[in-house]
Amino acid sequence: MGEVLVLVEHADGRVRKPALELLTLARRIGEPSAVVLGAGEAADSIRAKAAEYGAVKVYVADAAQFADYHVVPKVDALAQIARAADAVALLVTSSGEGKEIAARVALRLNSGIITDAINVHAGERGPIATQSVFAASYQVTSTVTEGTPVITVKPNATSPEPAPAEGTVENVSVTFSAAATGTKVVSRVARVSSGRPELTEAAMIVSGGRGVGAAEGFSVVEELADSLGAAVGASRAAVDAGWYPHSNQVGQTGKQVSPQLYIANGISGAIQHRAGMQTSKTIVAVNKDPEAPIFDLSDFGVVGDLFDVLPQLTAQIKARKS
Amino acid sequence: MSMKILTLVKYVPDATGDRRFTEDMTTDRDAVDGLLSELDEYAVEQALQISESHGDAEVIVVTMGPADAKDALRKALSMGADRAVHTDDEDLHGTDVFGTSSVLAELVQHVGFDLVVCGMASTDGGMGVLPALLAERLGVPQVTLLSEVAVDDGVVSGLRDGDTATERLQAELPAVVSVTDRSGEARYPSFKGIMAAKKKPVEYLDLDDLGIDAATVGLAGSWTAVDTATARPPRTAGSVVKDDGDGGTRLAEFLASQKFI
Ligand SMILES: Cc1cc2nc3c(=O)[nH]c(=O)nc-3n(C[C@H](O)[C@H](O)[C@H](O)COP(=O)(O)OP(=O)(O)OC[C@H]3O[C@@H](n4cnc5c(N)ncnc54)[C@H](O)[C@@H]3O)c2cc1C
Repeated sequence: MGEVLVLVEHADGRVRKPALELLTLARRIGEPSAVVLGAGEAADSIRAKAAEYGAVKVYVADAAQFADYHVVPKVDALAQIARAADAVALLVTSSGEGKEIAARVALRLNSGIITDAINVHAGERGPIATQSVFAASYQVTSTVTEGTPVITVKPNATSPEPAPAEGTVENVSVTFSAAATGTKVVSRVARVSSGRPELTEAAMIVSGGRGVGAAEGFSVVEELADSLGAAVGASRAAVDAGWYPHSNQVGQTGKQVSPQLYIANGISGAIQHRAGMQTSKTIVAVNKDPEAPIFDLSDFGVVGDLFDVLPQLTAQIKARKS
Repeated sequence: MSMKILTLVKYVPDATGDRRFTEDMTTDRDAVDGLLSELDEYAVEQALQISESHGDAEVIVVTMGPADAKDALRKALSMGADRAVHTDDEDLHGTDVFGTSSVLAELVQHVGFDLVVCGMASTDGGMGVLPALLAERLGVPQVTLLSEVAVDDGVVSGLRDGDTATERLQAELPAVVSVTDRSGEARYPSFKGIMAAKKKPVEYLDLDDLGIDAATVGLAGSWTAVDTATARPPRTAGSVVKDDGDGGTRLAEFLASQKFI
């Protein structure tokens, strides 16, 4: 079986969950190798985690360039490793940066790319990727017809399954291109965690929209989320109004999520919002307006004021749990 | 010397319409009305703002797309861009992102540029990788997905909101940037702007003009193939109840019946 390279996303010295999902998917189409770039001292523990989830080899490269310059150093590294390994496919997480790295690497390898896959499986002519397009109204399957398939995969495409492998380290010394130092990262401010589950990883999401009315209004949304152990989402209208951070926006220009349960509160259900949530398993809506389009895709809806319905629901959940 | 700011825009099917595929698995452009991709309006806006703060600058709006894509150019011109360049060729039908980036790379070099400003993604294909590919092909820095951008003294800088951090990025011109829908509301074309746009020059170029081999673009030159496209069964609406003081309780009962609580 050929080598499938997985670019392992990490932050604060820890592997991010989508990378474990990629390693799990990689096993369907070949033999997974992890690529760990710029992890410094954490490389060891990241290697161990990757091995636990099936990485037979772990390519490790470290250099100041990975943190100090934007995108291109990682492109240089991944392209170099892919060539040397004669990889049969590359899997990268579908984040903003992940997609940019993947695309530039694909171009250098003269290979086709598929972005935002929600599933990957083996096919006769190489890996078959499933995508959800046109605001999730279509499902498309595609294959790469030229070169080494490069596929970026959205978080939550599968659940990570451990499958211990050797995880043999290969240290790589990267030859950086002239372009590597083109874009300088002048400063970096880490996002402070809310302590709640990550939007893209959560099994349940409680979202608020313009109907929440004010930043303070989000406390009823947060209380419901906390009673369920859910993540908090927001519509663009709520984010644009400055009521909730952009990192929590659900939709076309925010996060695309598909949790088990999505509760939309004071959200009308515009196509761009639906693009981010309509593949959720169960959808529930609370809205004052019986005509709100969100009800067309809801499994259960309550026509009412969210400031009445949510606190009552939260109290019920707390009562049932204790 | 005058700064040349190119802004790349795409003509896309309206997202609120019923978008579908044709038999050759490309986007059905006849099914739905087209328009300037809303996400590219932000690019036009930032290009205009940079031009205005710089004084001596020219904003040139560029597109690759079918004849109707002139509507997208028109809109950008009425917002205030100075002139437009349109590449159209029947051989371009079905071109993938690599083909598109190669045509656009030739095109922007043909026109000449100090700064290329793109939107964060198209609202139809939505890959969001074109700016990075363009930078790769042109051999210039990419400064992408910015919620804030400024050019000062031949240096472009901006803020990029990532999943785990917000970064301040900086590069020397010439460069390719992309801006998000957080970069600032796009202006509406004024009546004066709409009238002025009618007189602004639009240059047409085909593949020959750019010296591009038709075999490298179009469906045949694509490095990926769509094998199946299936419409997702529409979600069926479930029960909707009116809150008569017990809405929260009934919702709790529903969640319990589905084993969420
Ligand atoms: C290119 C582009 C990209 C976009 N990307 C996104 C995106 O990523 N995510 C996104 O969400 N949007 C996005 N949008 C915006 C989208 O079109 C809508 O404008 C937005 O989703 C509306 O947010 P909303 O539903 O919160 O607000 P509204 O549409 O104003 O709806 C508010 C709802 O709240 C209800 N309501 C009011 N008060 C109460 C109350 N007390 N109790 C219960 N219900 C109440 C109202 O009945 C109404 O249905 C995008 C638009 C464009 C053009």
